[in-house]
Amino acid sequence: METRAPVQWIKHIEQYVKSSATPSQQAASVDAVATLIKNDTLTLEALVRGMEMYLTTTDSIIRSRGILLLGEILEQLTSKPLNSTSISSLIGFFTERLADWKALRGAIVGCLALLRRQNDSGIVTDSEAKAVAQSYLQNLQVQSLGQHDRKLSFQLMECLLDRYPGAIEDLGDNIVYGICEAIDGEKDPQCLLIVFRIVEILGRSYSGPLEEFEGDLLEILGSYFPIHFTHPKGEDDGVKRELSRALMLAFASTPIFEPFVIPLLLEKLSSSLPSAKVESLRYLSYCTTEYGPYRMAMHDETLWSCLKEVTYISPQSTLAMESESMGGMNFQESDVMKQAFILLQEVIRQSGDFISLIIGDNDILLFLNSLNQYKEFDAIPVQDKQRLHAVGHILTTCAKPSVALCNKVFKSVFPLLMDHLELSVAKPSENSYLDEDCVCPVKFNFGALYLCVELLAACRYMTVSLDNCTSVPGFSDQTWCAMLSDFSKSLVEAFISLLRSSVADKPQSAYVYFGVKGLQVLATFPESFPPVSKSIYDKILLELVSIVTSDCSKAFLWTLALKALVEIGCFIDKCPDSEKAVSFESIVVEKIVSLISSDDSALPSSLKLQAAFEIGATRKVFMLTVAQGLDEAINTIFSEKNDHWNPESDKLMVKLLDTYSQKVLPWFLEIGGPEEIPLNFALSIWDMIENRRSLNLNPLEPTSDVLGATMTAMKKAVGSCSKESQEIIINKAFGVLFSRLQQTHNLGNSSGRDEWLTSLFASVVIALRPQTNIPNGKMILQLFIISLLNGHIPSAHALGSLVNKLPLEITGMDSSRSFSLNEALDMIFHNFIGTSRYDNTSVNDGSGVNISSLRLNTLRIQSEINTVIGLAWIGKGLLMRGHEKVKDVTMALLSFLMLDREAAVVKQFQNLIEEFDEEDVHRLMICAGDAFCIIMSDSEECLNRTYHAIIRPLYKQRFFSTIMPIFLSLVVKSESSLLRSMLYRAFAHVLSDTPTTAILLEAKKLLPMLLDCLSMLSKDVMNKKIIYNVLLVISGILLEKNGQEAAVENAPSIVDQLIELTAYSHMMAVRETAIQCLVAVSELPHARIYPLRTKVLRATSKALDDPKRIVRQEAVRCRQAWASIATRSLHF
Amino acid sequence: MTLGLINANPVVHAKKERIARTDDPHADDAVDPLEIYDILYVRDIRDPEHPYSLEQLSVLSEESITVDEKLGRILITFTPTIQHCSMATVIGLCLREKLKDYFPPHFKVDIKVAPGSHANEESVNKQLNDKERVAAALENPNLRQLVDECLYSSEL
Repeated sequence: METRAPVQWIKHIEQYVKSSATPSQQAASVDAVATLIKNDTLTLEALVRGMEMYLTTTDSIIRSRGILLLGEILEQLTSKPLNSTSISSLIGFFTERLADWKALRGAIVGCLALLRRQNDSGIVTDSEAKAVAQSYLQNLQVQSLGQHDRKLSFQLMECLLDRYPGAIEDLGDNIVYGICEAIDGEKDPQCLLIVFRIVEILGRSYSGPLEEFEGDLLEILGSYFPIHFTHPKGEDDGVKRELSRALMLAFASTPIFEPFVIPLLLEKLSSSLPSAKVESLRYLSYCTTEYGPYRMAMHDETLWSCLKEVTYISPQSTLAMESESMGGMNFQESDVMKQAFILLQEVIRQSGDFISLIIGDNDILLFLNSLNQYKEFDAIPVQDKQRLHAVGHILTTCAKPSVALCNKVFKSVFPLLMDHLELSVAKPSENSYLDEDCVCPVKFNFGALYLCVELLAACRYMTVSLDNCTSVPGFSDQTWCAMLSDFSKSLVEAFISLLRSSVADKPQSAYVYFGVKGLQVLATFPESFPPVSKSIYDKILLELVSIVTSDCSKAFLWTLALKALVEIGCFIDKCPDSEKAVSFESIVVEKIVSLISSDDSALPSSLKLQAAFEIGATRKVFMLTVAQGLDEAINTIFSEKNDHWNPESDKLMVKLLDTYSQKVLPWFLEIGGPEEIPLNFALSIWDMIENRRSLNLNPLEPTSDVLGATMTAMKKAVGSCSKESQEIIINKAFGVLFSRLQQTHNLGNSSGRDEWLTSLFASVVIALRPQTNIPNGKMILQLFIISLLNGHIPSAHALGSLVNKLPLEITGMDSSRSFSLNEALDMIFHNFIGTSRYDNTSVNDGSGVNISSLRLNTLRIQSEINTVIGLAWIGKGLLMRGHEKVKDVTMALLSFLMLDREAAVVKQFQNLIEEFDEEDVHRLMICAGDAFCIIMSDSEECLNRTYHAIIRPLYKQRFFSTIMPIFLSLVVKSESSLLRSMLYRAFAHVLSDTPTTAILLEAKKLLPMLLDCLSMLSKDVMNKKIIYNVLLVISGILLEKNGQEAAVENAPSIVDQLIELTAYSHMMAVRETAIQCLVAVSELPHARIYPLRTKVLRATSKALDDPKRIVRQEAVRCRQAWASIATRSLHF
Repeated sequence: MTLGLINANPVVHAKKERIARTDDPHADDAVDPLEIYDILYVRDIRDPEHPYSLEQLSVLSEESITVDEKLGRILITFTPTIQHCSMATVIGLCLREKLKDYFPPHFKVDIKVAPGSHANEESVNKQLNDKERVAAALENPNLRQLVDECLYSSEL
């Protein structure tokens, strides 16, 4: 071992030092040697001794490589404990080597590796570090080195400053001088980043030695500001941001820099480059916080004049897009302005005296005094609006940070504004504006109005941020508070009179916007705030409510007032203080809710409902009141219907129910509100129906709109209930229904009122959860079956939902009441098909047809059609839960589908069928075909997640794979074209709802059938939707790789069929899709499609003349695609 | 012998955004200038000399196309980049070919250079609107190749 190990590591060293070594080989050698040392197979002393020749040779290339190797090995050993002797001899060696400029890199790397070591594994002492620094200062000419070496030497300096403050402190001025020398003229971004950090550390920790040289240092650094690349490249953005931040930290590292930095920044602020302005404002904000108010005080005046220049004298802002609806004063500020306001906020927060500069500023004062120029909003030029906006922003920025500042601003500005608005301190008796209604003697000064509202908003912001829902008693003593309380009454009156005056007639008037905003701000001061007393608050609410309840002709005002009320309501919710909440509830909520049921107001009902919902949405309690109001309104209309029915109340009813099901219920669901709401709603509807029993029966017309809306609302309500509540509802509903049935002794009587009952009952059943117990299942089922046979579609939905959700087995005690799926299915099949689960052996013998078991209950064809529809929904319910009986249903449907007169299968029923005329049979067959559409497609009405359907994954795929072979064999067997077209109809429905992935697996088999299907169905115009769906399936196949393989074989017939459809005159989408499919076909292998090229080009040339532009456009694309597969030209 | 380019340094303009049409199914779907210009990609024909489209060189614009659907007439006026451009006839041929391939044949297409934009305005117009001459020109394999390159260029 002893003898072999040295040989090995010496090999590594030779490998490294060799001039032909590649970087990766060198790295491998370093790793190998470092591992040896880490494992203690080799000691550091042995290594150094062994390397002696390489470290001391006169050949500078070999020497530099040797030293670098040693340095890099040390870099790897940072966590290996070393004794102090070896560290001190190594650092001594590297320190000395710093003078050897030919082998410099290794020395720097070694120094860095040793200096960076952590405490627990042995570190360099302060005196050794000092020696390194001295050697650095004496020997290194940093700026004459290459980029990488410069970076390393800067890292070395950073490390020394950061880790060995004791050693560096001793060096005094020298170190600063040396750093200045080293960094002067640096241009590389990576090096600069380190340079900035060096200065930052220097500023933070070495203010003593800095004293003399800060000027020189900042002269060097200053030339880098603002960071700007003369040759910008794409990826520079991140680097630029990083550099800019590092420089900012360096500038702000010590207050000593202030005399140099601030003038520099201020000077750059006057540059014409916007980016330079933004940067200097950003630096100024940061430095202001870092240097502190004492240092900054002397710059206040210059700062203010700069800020004034940027914000007030030449404001850079543009009217924002949506400005019209925001009162015409919504300005988008430029980046410079935004940054300037951040700085202003910072300065004001730092020093309280700064504000006197602003308030005392002559220009601002002059502007405020000349507000009379800006009386008329429309007469103000845009530039002056910008000024107004800027002044508003400056004042609000000043007022926001603290109470004291707010006082100052108020003292100097508020009286002036009040003068301009011609308001005086309100005396109790005086009530000048409100008493003389409609008369508006004053033309409001817009400028003053704007500033006043903005200032109030700033105060509100300040109080809310201070107050935070806990009362601060000190408010009333403050000057601004006292001033505001003097004026608050007259202000409110002024705003109100503004809204009542003729300016409000103008659409989108700025006066109206700020009038409403003023009221809103005053109403959203916290409770503890004295100037806005309860009476004033009530007055504001009354005014806004009266606008919302009466004035829909002024849409702008109406929307704003409603928005303001919503804001006020939200604010109450944040600070649930009692007094105002009570006022709000009694004034606003109750009034709005009473509006719902009153029909004498001028407001359209949709606006009423919108207002009610939005106000209600501010707080749960309010929404409960609103829901109650809705309930009552619905109730009233119901009872009214007895006496005099009119179409108007129908419309209102639909709107009420829609609001309930589309807004109120989802809102409660979202916030997890109490379950009583949907429960009570459902119960109250059943109550209403129950109470009407004694009254006359006929006038409840089955007006489809009202019935539909009621059903939707009922489904939504029941669907959002829990199992227990659902049981209450279903019991109640059953009770109502049952007592009614006892009265008439006639199940399934189709009078209008019974249809209402059954439909609503069906809605309840549709939305039940699977766990809910259903009482008297048999009776319910019977009811639905009978009403279904009378053509009642919701009953079919209910049947589908029942078979989807009924439990398979009955467990537990109450088996007498409950009802299992098998019982239900027995009943259903008995009624519809005449089979039960005990004698269904004959159902399927491969032909899939079992007409003998088909019991045609009545000879009326309509009832057969109803049966088919019912079977479709039942089949859907079974399919979704994955029940095997779906097969029976499918077979029954198929047998209906094949009721063709000539078909052999129905010979034995010839006589029966002949009783229908041919057209009726045809209708029945089509209906049976469409039943497959019901089975496969998703429904909004029932059997979806909202209504808690049981949905097995991949049920569509499963149905597809079971039914496809049956279809295929039936199609092959069928001889009559009518029969085939019916089969294809069903086939198309199934395919168009099957996921593409499943179809792709079978693409080869399906494609010929699909094409046949298209040619068959395209004969009848009524089939255009189906054709479109089939085309979409084909395009899905053509776009996928698997499908393309299948398409290659059938390419000629596909193309023929598609070409035929490019001229399909009944539906544009068919033509468009056919041409798109042709484009897809052009991607198939050339050899296969080349012969078809002429045909396609000829056909599409006709499509170029299509009446629809989209088709023409697709035709052009298609021709280009097909032309480019050959000579690039269209000639044939 | 290679001749220098006729216009070595053309002024290149920015490509305009494709204008999205409103998706109104009942809109009037009659042929209009924008369709010819935009939908039928006339703007994307490459210049015979430079890897820019006719639009970028401002040879064509939407305004320079007029359509009269009742009479079934289309008039395209284009502006050669320089007065003596001998490529004007090639550009005209390209336009004619493209419309022939991608447009219903019952429209009569007139192609002209903008008045005053070309030194031999009259003779160019005459060449471009003479059926026989156009057919003859397209039988010339060199011309044919040049036209095809402009129409199906992938350089844009």
